[in-house]
Amino acid sequence: MIKRAFWGVKSPQIKYELLHDTPVGPRSILPSKTVTLLLPGKYEQKDKLALCAGDSVRTGQKIRHYEDDDAYVISSVTGTVISVEPFFGDFGQSYTAITISVVENEKIDDAFAAACSDSVRNAVTDFLACVPGKPPMEFLAGSGTPIHTLVICGMDSDLMIATNQHIIKTRIDAVARGIKILKDAYGIEKAIIALPRDLVSGFGHVGAQLIAVDTCYPSANHRMIMYKALKQVVPAGKNCEDLGVCFISAEAAASIGSAFEKSEIPLTKTITLINKDREKIMISARIGTPASDIFKACDVTVNERDRIIFGGPMTGTAVFSEDHPVGPDTDAIIVQDKNEVTLVSDYPCINCGECIRICPAGIQINMLVRFLEAGEYQTAADEYDLYSCIECGLCSLVCESKIPIFQYIRLAKYELVREKAAEAIDDE
Amino acid sequence: MNNKKFIVSHAPFYHNGSRISARSYNIIGATLPAVLMGIYIYGVPALGVVALSISSAMLWELLMNRLMKLPVTIGDGNAALIGMLFAMLVPATLPWWAVITGTFIAIVIGQQIFGGIGSNPFNPVIVALTILMVSWKNLFDFDNALLNYNFDFVTLYPLAALKHFGLSSVESFTPCALLMGQQTGGIGATFGLGLILGGIYLIIRGYIRWEIALSFLAGVLFAAWIFQMSDPAAYAGPVFHLLTGYTLIGAFFLATEDSSSPVNFLPMLIYGAGAGIMTVLIRNIGVYVDGVLLAILLMNLVNPLLDKIRPKALGKVV
Repeated sequence: MIKRAFWGVKSPQIKYELLHDTPVGPRSILPSKTVTLLLPGKYEQKDKLALCAGDSVRTGQKIRHYEDDDAYVISSVTGTVISVEPFFGDFGQSYTAITISVVENEKIDDAFAAACSDSVRNAVTDFLACVPGKPPMEFLAGSGTPIHTLVICGMDSDLMIATNQHIIKTRIDAVARGIKILKDAYGIEKAIIALPRDLVSGFGHVGAQLIAVDTCYPSANHRMIMYKALKQVVPAGKNCEDLGVCFISAEAAASIGSAFEKSEIPLTKTITLINKDREKIMISARIGTPASDIFKACDVTVNERDRIIFGGPMTGTAVFSEDHPVGPDTDAIIVQDKNEVTLVSDYPCINCGECIRICPAGIQINMLVRFLEAGEYQTAADEYDLYSCIECGLCSLVCESKIPIFQYIRLAKYELVREKAAEAIDDE
Repeated sequence: MNNKKFIVSHAPFYHNGSRISARSYNIIGATLPAVLMGIYIYGVPALGVVALSISSAMLWELLMNRLMKLPVTIGDGNAALIGMLFAMLVPATLPWWAVITGTFIAIVIGQQIFGGIGSNPFNPVIVALTILMVSWKNLFDFDNALLNYNFDFVTLYPLAALKHFGLSSVESFTPCALLMGQQTGGIGATFGLGLILGGIYLIIRGYIRWEIALSFLAGVLFAAWIFQMSDPAAYAGPVFHLLTGYTLIGAFFLATEDSSSPVNFLPMLIYGAGAGIMTVLIRNIGVYVDGVLLAILLMNLVNPLLDKIRPKALGKVV
């Protein structure tokens, strides 16, 4: 836990933990009996289903739910589909959960190998959108601003996670290959690797520009990298990709690199497991593995009223079930003991100014939160810089009243998107 | 499938452990040197006022919580802190009904009717004090109130003496004696050294904003220095103004009240310096003996405007 320092004159600095030594390889988690894949998109009753329960799938097979929908997942195992159900994530995200019962004889699907020999760009776009690290295909292959700069994040933007540092230390050749493939496939001019300041040396052979990122949270946040290291300010309400800069995790680059080396889609995710004693265990597991199998393999006991977090401690998501599957972007799984769970309160803001001193974006949070609490989202956006927020969560971390400020901010952004969508429908 | 139930909440999943109660109790702790000195000088009556003030303030808040059917909030220490600060500003002989009325004004009118902690536009203690002072002037005439005490130092309220009898009447006060509490005044407002130590403690712990406290003191010193330069025979020097009346308690404990003071850097400096300069203006050319309370009250009023001066947010499009 990050404690308030005894001396409080300066605002606190929270440091990323760096991997100084060459780490031991990730511990491999044996394949599970069932895996669950989350396919983004609404679950609907349609006639033309491309997949239903009882179908058999092969490892590396591209799975769609509807024939007229481009969204896909890649099966990480060989087996039989036992259920296809709707699944809801945070903020109204909807998924289709496809559960597969695994059989022993693994069969590799050869569609990707065939696509490889054809067009590299199409192979990446059509098969590698959900490889470990989850490359942002919607920006790379999308119709928005053309991407001219690719930033490979060699450190995780959230605290305590070591996944991408681990990838940089152990699989730098695959990363280099991935960068080259992406540059050629999408016509990207420049590739930059963002690394922690202390670990920036020794990567001259990769063929990308190196930039040093400060080791103080939230310097590895994408907008902060843009601002501090690339000296570009992302205008409020836009994202980095609107300026032609695309961020991709080191793991995604490594996955793409190794996919073409072996003509096989990589499906094993590297995860930082943080147990109740805050020890880090690097593990690797197939995408879709339920978290409970990982806990079993690593001797982590989970009890009632504990908290399981997918992602980092500052920006992750707490999940409802210990059977929640590992996704392509699950960089960390944190288990918190029930005694460590801190709760929020309904106290009002006392105007102590802690959040304002720590906010890296210079937002007037004491005023912002008053508008957000009252549901005045549009005023908050117009007058109190809601869209300047880089979503680092520091304000909630230091709030004396324990107001869920970060949650209010995310909720406000979500509600504004919904309002705009509703207005657009009304206009039609 | 198993059916264990987990705590599901939103990010971030850590908290630095700071609490409002820790803040309140630390500030109360920081007042103790000055308050204990006050109790030592003024004896049991002072202890009585302090105890009654704190307890009645907490009871008023409890009553308001019950009346408004809200969760009981006296555990956060804010009411106790208001009671403590109120007691520090009043003479040791203040009658019991005035203490209870004062804490009623502070808690109920000063804070609860605006929505409780964090919502009060003015410092509740100052609101209470100024209303009482306007209503019962005699109670706050320190020379009159402390008439029956025998001290081993000059029994004159320094600021009143300065106002009514001129500079020559306060020449006997040495800075060192003033600093050590050798003067009459409020229970916890006279022991300058204790207040400074408490203030420094709060600043290094980060419980008050140093910008406000220091700019307030700088404002007082600067304005008093200007006055003294203009006419050394008529106006007391900066050190006298610094160590008498409510200046030190105002700088460290009153002006820094969270909800009624700004949070941005420049506004904090303007707010503090404005209150400091206004204090000396009221003392030197106004009708009131001490200007700290009214000066801070006035700057509380300007606070929302001042806090409009804020840094440009990252990526803000004008």
